[in-house]
Amino acid sequence: MLWNLPYLAVVIITVIGLAAILLKKNLIKMMLGINILQSSANLFLISLGYREGGIAPIYTLAPSTHMVLPTPQALCLTSIVIGLATSALMLSFAVIIHKKYGTVDLDQIRRLQG
Amino acid sequence: MILEFVWTHAPALLVAIPLLGAFLCPVIGKISRTTRTAWVAGIMLVSAIVAFILASRVLTEGTVLYSFGAFDPTLTIPMDSGGIPIRIIFTVDAMSAFMDIICATVGFSAIAYSLSAESRNSGLEGYYTLFLLMVCGVFGMVSTGDFFNFFVFLEILSMASAGIIAYRVDGGVAVEAAIKYFVLSSVGAIFVLFAIGIYYGQYDALNMAVIASRIQWSTLDMIALVMLVAALAMKCGAVPMHFWTPDAYSMAPSSATAFLVVASQASLYGLFRVLFTFYNVTLNAATMGWIIIILGVLSMVVGVTMAIPQKDVKRLMAYHAVSQTGYMLLGVGVGLAVLGNQPLMESFGYMAMSGGVFHILNHALYKGLLFLTAGAIFYRIGTRNLNKMGGLGHNMKWTMIFFIIGALAIAGIPPLNGFASKLMIYESVFIFNPVLAIIAMVVSILTLASFVKVFHSIFMGPQLPEYAGVKEAPPSMLLGMGILASLAVIFGLFPDLVVTTLVNPAVHALTDQGAYIASVLGGA
Amino acid sequence: MSKLVRFAADILYPVVLIFGLYIVAHGHITPGGGFQGGAVIATGVALVIVAYGYREVTQWIGKGGLMAREVVGLLGFIGTALVAFIFGMPFFYNYLAGQGGLFGVPVTYGPNPGELNTGGTVPLMNFAVGIEVWGGLALVILYLLSGLVPHDDHEKEGS
Repeated sequence: MLWNLPYLAVVIITVIGLAAILLKKNLIKMMLGINILQSSANLFLISLGYREGGIAPIYTLAPSTHMVLPTPQALCLTSIVIGLATSALMLSFAVIIHKKYGTVDLDQIRRLQG
Repeated sequence: MILEFVWTHAPALLVAIPLLGAFLCPVIGKISRTTRTAWVAGIMLVSAIVAFILASRVLTEGTVLYSFGAFDPTLTIPMDSGGIPIRIIFTVDAMSAFMDIICATVGFSAIAYSLSAESRNSGLEGYYTLFLLMVCGVFGMVSTGDFFNFFVFLEILSMASAGIIAYRVDGGVAVEAAIKYFVLSSVGAIFVLFAIGIYYGQYDALNMAVIASRIQWSTLDMIALVMLVAALAMKCGAVPMHFWTPDAYSMAPSSATAFLVVASQASLYGLFRVLFTFYNVTLNAATMGWIIIILGVLSMVVGVTMAIPQKDVKRLMAYHAVSQTGYMLLGVGVGLAVLGNQPLMESFGYMAMSGGVFHILNHALYKGLLFLTAGAIFYRIGTRNLNKMGGLGHNMKWTMIFFIIGALAIAGIPPLNGFASKLMIYESVFIFNPVLAIIAMVVSILTLASFVKVFHSIFMGPQLPEYAGVKEAPPSMLLGMGILASLAVIFGLFPDLVVTTLVNPAVHALTDQGAYIASVLGGA
Repeated sequence: MSKLVRFAADILYPVVLIFGLYIVAHGHITPGGGFQGGAVIATGVALVIVAYGYREVTQWIGKGGLMAREVVGLLGFIGTALVAFIFGMPFFYNYLAGQGGLFGVPVTYGPNPGELNTGGTVPLMNFAVGIEVWGGLALVILYLLSGLVPHDDHEKEGS
């Protein structure tokens, strides 16, 4: 059962992230929730490629044992890059909102209605 | 020579040209306005031509494959890979070609329109860069045969869309709409990533054909399906998660809104691809079909009822977009519900799906047209509030004609294109379940009622004194609207032309899972 | 910031720069690559901004220069991929690998000490991405700061 622990962690982090997105009233905290959710997806991908006793998939002077699967790590890197772009875009939105509305409280950012 | 080159490398060029255009846009923009205009229009024209060449190749030769970085573009499975496609492969079948054509047509009209619509604003390099990135994202999403690649293009598309929605800050309101859109699409994209992880963990593959050939309908597959359907239905604006659509569509610049319609249909394409190519008959077709049908019916009814009381013309049209998405889901959902039952498929399943898929094209045309006319009115009088408009028919005759074409098409009045696809949906859905067909017709009538009201309050009545000096929209805006309007009329007059050449191959490409797998993996 | 911090930043900035370039250059044989190296360099820019303050730094680094870096990086990346068409090969074909010359040394099989002169177009693309991320991330930092600078009268009305 021990090898299922990472997946358990994935579920817990996902729930934390979703809770932050849905329940937090602060725009920045909601964005942090998205980042947490992103991390849980990354952890999920990484744990998929894990092999017990495996080493990092680098061929520079590698000992001849098992390696962990490199593809999920490559996917994870891509996802991190996308996550960076996502957070940068969202933070700049938050900056503009703060400048124009004078608040980052989601209850007050409600000028679009109907 | 050059034609042969494009013929061979069309799938790669489809993504490479808009990307190159987008990246060079800030540099070209430094030279002068005219060069930038020529550059953007040229890039979009070339991409559209490439898309049409690719579509004609798909329709003559069958599915086109393109492996990036391989020795030979058609070499999907390298010798030493153990029978697994390891590269990123673009798999362009008839359905993808169909979506490529939609993207090319609407993209070109929207760019032509934006050349004068946006000319009064500053910072246009950024605007066109984002627009071309959106074009690249849609082309990539609908052409790719690699599921992780699909996710990457989905993210490119949603980031560029969020940027373009927030492009005119508009006192922060546009940014608010962009935040709504972007939070939802980021969360959706993360769930797509989870689903990719689940497939990769089970089937050791990212290529769609390999996943499709190994899929088993285990519990994990069900979880992945739920994640994908939720995420992609959210991105295409179906009802339980539709609330971003009115905000985003009404706040984006009008030319971008017309293209956002295509962007949400790319998500719809993703949804159909997942349902039909990945799962096909392995899933419980009747249950899943009914879920899609219920989503569709809810979208139709809620969309149109929310649209009727709106005061903002673009918000109203956005709610109608939600409602029309319901028709596509309804048609394809009926096809899915009887999937695997060949006699029923023959009698009405294929027709329902053709209606749904044809409606994607028609919706992109008339809804793009309607958003462009709304933008033209906003360009001239500076308000979107219906109560402040009136009597514009005296000054903006062409815009009025285009609006009439769009409004009649969306309400499904013959001889326009909306009627052609809606008739197919009514006829086939009536055999499946008469109640659904009646709901669809009632929604159409409500749509017509709503647009009659809008038409009356914008164009009819005496000329208002404050709009006495209003002129017709500039020629390039009329060109953009004209392309879409004439296509809407042509497709309405000769629907068989499109249905037999484009739509039916697309539907058969969707339902025939085996052919998709065989085209990539070879053999049986 | 105090003189001490500025002095430390002066010393650290070249080190950060070289470390970032090292990561970019070794991207094809070790973990890392263009994005990671570029991000490291961009943290160097962030360090300088912290030490010297937004106003002073914007006098040295213009947004135009960073934007140019971004464009050059992106064009370098897609240009490297497009060059494959000249050789009649598919998009992204690795036309330099195994050809001798620049980055063209064939890779030996199995564990090896890591030959830098391998990888074909991959190192070129890493460099392009490194330049792009350097410009892009530094630009993001500058723009976010420009939104937060409190008494900036010329941007008060918004763009």
